[in-house]
Amino acid sequence: MTISPIFFYVFAGMATAFALITILKKSPAAAAFSLVMVFFSFAGIYAVLGAHLVSALQVIVYAGAIMVLFVFVIMLLNADSPSLDAARSPMWLRALGLGTGAVLLCFFVWAFRNSAPLAATGNYSAQQVAQMGGNTRVLSRLLFSEWVYPFELTSALILAGIVGAVAIAKRKVPGDGGVS
Amino acid sequence: MNVPVVQPWIVLSFCSAIFFIGLAGVLIRRNILIIIMCIELMLNAVNLTLVTYSEILNDLGGEMAVFFVIVVAAVESAIGLSLVIAVFRTLRTVDTDSIQSLRG
Repeated sequence: MTISPIFFYVFAGMATAFALITILKKSPAAAAFSLVMVFFSFAGIYAVLGAHLVSALQVIVYAGAIMVLFVFVIMLLNADSPSLDAARSPMWLRALGLGTGAVLLCFFVWAFRNSAPLAATGNYSAQQVAQMGGNTRVLSRLLFSEWVYPFELTSALILAGIVGAVAIAKRKVPGDGGVS
Repeated sequence: MNVPVVQPWIVLSFCSAIFFIGLAGVLIRRNILIIIMCIELMLNAVNLTLVTYSEILNDLGGEMAVFFVIVVAAVESAIGLSLVIAVFRTLRTVDTDSIQSLRG
């Protein structure tokens, strides 16, 4: 696995910094815009790893569609009131949460560091993928041959999602003239 | 410029760092919108783990799984945000401390 170190460390640093801003900033709008930057950094890391189709989908679906939805709801509800309410929980609870997270993270890093290197068992090394016409072409072939049934099932999932979202958000609430 | 080669375990550790940042966000925030954003952050960390293993193993199944995770994440955020809108219309708040109608 060859990864360009400079690009990886730049994107990883950006992603970590903006993820911390996302969870620590008081205002939801600021959190949403830092999350957009996290998604762009992730798209960069995917590109560095050679997953070009996933990188494009990350920008289009996450940074485009999902974040527009978030910003739209924040503006619609006018819910941009600051609420960093860690201060509301007792000190020992915050310490417990952060301590557990840090211990688990150290455990994960230790496990990844010390596990035996895995053998590359698949048939899609970078050279083979390049020979077969690139990442996007190979993935599309797989999607419409080997994975075609899951692909069709996602269309049913999306349809259910559309109907559910409209049914939940559109229902009349007694004594309410709509979202103000 | 002599930068050391990026080993797979560094990428995987970075993924778990982002995942635990998202988990901490879910635990310490009280705003539903930000809680949903942190769930998206955790989903992204898992996606990056899948892509990394797909690169390590030379197997494209991981990238295919990421495709489906992205679809599910899009549907999940659409449903979650419409639930937030419904809750806000009824209770006029997005603060989880104020949403306690089911408390006995």
